[in-house]
Amino acid sequence: MTHDFVQNFPLFCIILTLFSGPTCMVLRGKWARYVNLGVISAVGIMSLAVLLDVCARGEAYVYMMGHFPAPWGNEIRVGPLEAFMALFFCIIMLLSMIGGMAQRLRKIEASKENLYYVMVNLLLSSLIALIYTNDLFTAYVFVEINTISACGMIMICQNGHTLEAAVRYMIMSLLGSGLLLLGICFLYGLTGHLLMSNIKEAVAALVATGTYHAPLMVSVGLMCVGLAIKSALFPFHSWLPDAYGYSTVSSAAILSSLVSKGYIFLLIKIFYRVIGFDIICGSKIINIFFVFGIAGMMFGSISAARESNIRRMIAFSSVAQIGYIYMGFGLGTAMGVLASIYHILSHAATKSLLFVSAAGLSESSADSRELPELTGAGYRNPSAGMAFTVGALSMVGFPLFSGFISKILFAQAAVNQSGKMLPTLIALALSTILNVIYFMRAVIVIYTPLRDIPAEKREGYRKIRMRTHPEITAVFACFVLLNLVLGLMSQPIVELCARGLDMFG
Amino acid sequence: MSRRLSEKDYEKTMSFHFHRWLSGEKDPFLDTVEMKPQQQFHESEELVHEHELQHQRIVEHSYDVEHNAQVRLFRKFYKIFCVIFCLCLVFILLVGVSSLPKYGHEENPVNNEVSARYIERGLQETGAVNIVTGMILDYRAFDTLGESHVLFLATCTVLILMRKDKKENQETAQHNDRIYEPKNDVILQTVARVLVPFIELFGIYVILGGHLGPGGGFSGGAICGAGLILYLNAFGFAKTERFFTGKTYKCMCFGALACYSLAKTYSFYTGANHIESVIPLGTPGAILSSGLILVLDICVGLVVSGTMYTFYVMFRKGGY
Repeated sequence: MTHDFVQNFPLFCIILTLFSGPTCMVLRGKWARYVNLGVISAVGIMSLAVLLDVCARGEAYVYMMGHFPAPWGNEIRVGPLEAFMALFFCIIMLLSMIGGMAQRLRKIEASKENLYYVMVNLLLSSLIALIYTNDLFTAYVFVEINTISACGMIMICQNGHTLEAAVRYMIMSLLGSGLLLLGICFLYGLTGHLLMSNIKEAVAALVATGTYHAPLMVSVGLMCVGLAIKSALFPFHSWLPDAYGYSTVSSAAILSSLVSKGYIFLLIKIFYRVIGFDIICGSKIINIFFVFGIAGMMFGSISAARESNIRRMIAFSSVAQIGYIYMGFGLGTAMGVLASIYHILSHAATKSLLFVSAAGLSESSADSRELPELTGAGYRNPSAGMAFTVGALSMVGFPLFSGFISKILFAQAAVNQSGKMLPTLIALALSTILNVIYFMRAVIVIYTPLRDIPAEKREGYRKIRMRTHPEITAVFACFVLLNLVLGLMSQPIVELCARGLDMFG
Repeated sequence: MSRRLSEKDYEKTMSFHFHRWLSGEKDPFLDTVEMKPQQQFHESEELVHEHELQHQRIVEHSYDVEHNAQVRLFRKFYKIFCVIFCLCLVFILLVGVSSLPKYGHEENPVNNEVSARYIERGLQETGAVNIVTGMILDYRAFDTLGESHVLFLATCTVLILMRKDKKENQETAQHNDRIYEPKNDVILQTVARVLVPFIELFGIYVILGGHLGPGGGFSGGAICGAGLILYLNAFGFAKTERFFTGKTYKCMCFGALACYSLAKTYSFYTGANHIESVIPLGTPGAILSSGLILVLDICVGLVVSGTMYTFYVMFRKGGY
């Protein structure tokens, strides 16, 4: 069977992004920037074509990487959910890169700018490969690329904070990678396969006969903990606030909305395509996810409420949102996972918006990130103020915006779950209140008139009009639009995700 | 006291002065430097108070274990928790490992059709006598493509961290390096002069023979890189910069990775669309055989050797 030309696009996406890494290395900063934006857009367009093709076809397909069929050679698997995720990640990445460009040009040494695009391109390639891969070892190789490039993105503008954050990120993330690798090794020893579908068959046979129960559970546990560390689930989140809070805007936006989500998507793939969702639900692992997810929702929000640095506050809010996603896994139903996937989308769209707009607010307030000094920033930079308000409302779960839909989906998934309904609903309610406390405080602060602040403290405050940075204003508009689309036209997207998730099994 | 000279003459000699100076009877600075008695250190009440307050604040906020009860408690808890956690993890892993299939047993799940085909038909399908090379560069070339980009990426990260692009930083680094670098060590230079050609030659042999025997791009590249580092240590940057600069590395890496990507795109594309590949496998055992494997090995070797050398240079001087 030969493929249609469109079906080759996932391969082209991966190779193009990989190839653009070394290309950016030899180019100068400006040209590397154009290459980077071009590559992200090209990959986005190709992913859109793949998505349309797969939806029209109505079934997923596997694509052989080389002349040897699957258990011997490598292969990738393309379904509607994968193509949609790739498209969505490209959109977010493009918007974050454009939105952070002005700040990036100010902060990064000009001679090292091209290296930043090397990191971004390879990060995109690793995300796309993680999305499409059908082989656990390939996944591990691209997890490595993901880790190193994220680390480079954190420390690109070098000061004490980012270096410390990068070291922390490196240690925690490598620990996670190590545990993931151990888990994969265990699984390979038990099944003799690295291909996801073959492992699933072998694991089903092992569970049916009841052999090797202990190492199988150890292996699943290791992989889950490894990926939980890498995606900053609650007790492992200590690397997160500094890494998101002090790196450049685009890095923070990409790290929070894409990098951790890539690992979570890999975890979903492991649930559905490697171990089998029934076996995961039968084990007690999801209960642990449930408990730590809820703990993360609470503690992340409480830490955010105590924070006065706006960037770190948004970063702590990420901990809470990751908690939501893991709580969805913990429910142990397809509805729960679907809600988590939707939350991945809504959080990615909202969090990058918040980071970019917070940078706009700081820019108008003498580059300060402390909340008291941002007083009135919403008047000085109206577009960023509006965008921040929209992002905050979406995070809180205000109807019209994407956060509302994911919260509704979580609540719906929790209903009829005998033991977990009440904790989930209470956690959702409490977390919403906490979200309101810190996000609305920030919104109130940025819209408080400047009267009370003495004139000598206002030094460096400047008015930023919409036309000062037209591209950033456009980015805000796109982000807000994306949020509205996710909030108002959720039904087709939810259906698409549900269909893709069905095809996973 | 001299026996031959009179006391008066003796006082004029050097040895008398030296002896006196040695026994401490004369201070050489006494007449040249003005000496002042040390003043008593005075401090006002306010200053003392302020210093005490500052000290208090520092103790409260710092990690001074002896004075900060909170930190002390945390440290204790941390240590105990660490030990417990590690013991638990060790226990879990040991339980897991001990119930894994026995190593080397015939009926293990690992001995399935996958490894059987690698062993039985590897030579015929990839043309590589070395099955491992056939596996990593032909059967599973996609993983290795990612892996070589990991190396490239690691170098880029080190470049971000260590490369000194500002003029003044470069000059300081140059100066520091001149202080610490081995200075024309004859032994090192002689040994390097003899060894480096052989090391490089051996590295190239390992790279080129990857499909014929033990070796390949990763190991051969590491040997070549080590040879370059030895050469640099013996002869200094002035010599190496004649043929290896940052620009060389950029071009080498770009060329190798581009070549790898293009070659593999061709083979992935033809493989997935079931188009016959035009690249001949050749006679197994000949140097020009096994399709793309030789080319890929050379690419990987270039990337690895460049990476090793660049790491060394960056950590030593922060620039080529």
